[in-house]
Amino acid sequence: MTPVLEVQNLAKHFQMHHLGQRLHAFDGVTFTLHAGEFLLLRGPNGVGKSTLLRTLYRSYLPRAGHVWYHTTEGRIDLATAADVDIALLRRREIGFVTQFLIARPRVAAEDIVAEPLRRTGIVAGDALDEARRWLAEFGVKRDLWRAYPTTFSGGEQQKVNLARALILPQRLMLLDEPTASLDAGARAALIRRLADLKAAGVAMIGVFHHPGDVADLIDREIELTLQEVPEDVAV
Amino acid sequence: MIAIDTALALQAPQLMTTPPLLTMAGVSRRYGDVVALQDVSATVYPGEVLGIVGESGSGKSTLLRMMNLEDTPDAGDYRLALPDLSGNLFDLDRFARRMLCATRIGIVYQNPHLGLLMKHTSSGNVAERLLIAGERSFATLRGRAREALGASEFPLERMDARPIELSGGMQQRVQLAKAIALEPALLLLDEPTTGLDVSVQALVLDTLKRLQRDRAITMVIVSHDLGVIRTMADRVMVMRRGRVVEQGLADQIFQDPQHEYTQQLVHAKL
Repeated sequence: MTPVLEVQNLAKHFQMHHLGQRLHAFDGVTFTLHAGEFLLLRGPNGVGKSTLLRTLYRSYLPRAGHVWYHTTEGRIDLATAADVDIALLRRREIGFVTQFLIARPRVAAEDIVAEPLRRTGIVAGDALDEARRWLAEFGVKRDLWRAYPTTFSGGEQQKVNLARALILPQRLMLLDEPTASLDAGARAALIRRLADLKAAGVAMIGVFHHPGDVADLIDREIELTLQEVPEDVAV
Repeated sequence: MIAIDTALALQAPQLMTTPPLLTMAGVSRRYGDVVALQDVSATVYPGEVLGIVGESGSGKSTLLRMMNLEDTPDAGDYRLALPDLSGNLFDLDRFARRMLCATRIGIVYQNPHLGLLMKHTSSGNVAERLLIAGERSFATLRGRAREALGASEFPLERMDARPIELSGGMQQRVQLAKAIALEPALLLLDEPTTGLDVSVQALVLDTLKRLQRDRAITMVIVSHDLGVIRTMADRVMVMRRGRVVEQGLADQIFQDPQHEYTQQLVHAKL
């Protein structure tokens, strides 16, 4: 079976010009992920778990290695693909779920959640109905749906963010501690949604503060280990 | 149950197969001893928002003026992939440039005095753009001016007020209405929110975002405000001393800047 993702010898460091240093994050990361598989990234704080997710998503530029994303028409290396192609893949195929809200000022919660559907051409009314269904599912109170999330509590913001990130199933989803600081009801809703996505064939890579939350979903684990940092180089 | 197909899409990847709308290559411009642009190249794809950042004097506004054909570089090539348009646009004569800018390119300046006739009515300012394009019927001019002002969220009961009587945020809306009246293929924005207070700034950005989503207008936005660029842009180009020092996806430029200058810029953001 063709995998969804094939990561080969992926490496990342950060060139910190003002320190005259290169900060080492990880190297030699290699793994393969198939449709419907759930991969857990493990390791101590600061080992680079979130950095790896962001490098796969191309928010961080890889230093070396390949990230082969397989499609029905061949494969594309996310490590070197054109920015414009990465932007298109993110719109429909590769999702990133974080605990942090990406809110714009003066945009209502339900509009933030509906936006990924609107971008695919779904009409406003249908997209809003679906958005409200997910806000309710995650336990956001009805009287907050038209309000601006920039003023919400951290927990409410996170629920809006999760509803937005999970409303549109994508082939590959990267999960960066999505359960952190969620109440029990929202956590249960999130895990139900992840289980449904997995059953539908979505491939997922996740970092979880309490992996026990998703124990039933995990197919495989990768342990990242600390490496010597930083390495001095001439800049 | 809502009839939305949010089922998993296992189709071919949606990679960019259409050519860029805007292609600039090797553009250089000197003013005396000052190098304003040095071998600048840029591409913008249909429906995309390109952000250009850099300190004062980096050349970002000069580049935008080149895109609006207000100046001719010492060297360089500029093409827009539009029907009936071919060749290097810098080779066009003044008349052809004026028609192209009036009909296919919209621009919003930081200073409304550059973009508006301050003592004409707001609706007249928008209609002027339509007149250049050949529209002569008063009813049509007025109707389309009203439509463009409405889309820019300008209060229509004030459409006959002169810009000089309006607040800065309202003046920017009139400029925006004028820029989008002919549904341009390319919208250029030069520091469109600089000098506005933050609540008005948020409203103008909201309007731009909505226009971008509903009409899929291709935009190039220049700003020294990284927050504005982060909110608006899909991709970002970083300029310094007339050169492009780095470009990338907006989140990559802000989270993992590579060039020393970009790191300084990002770290200096409050």
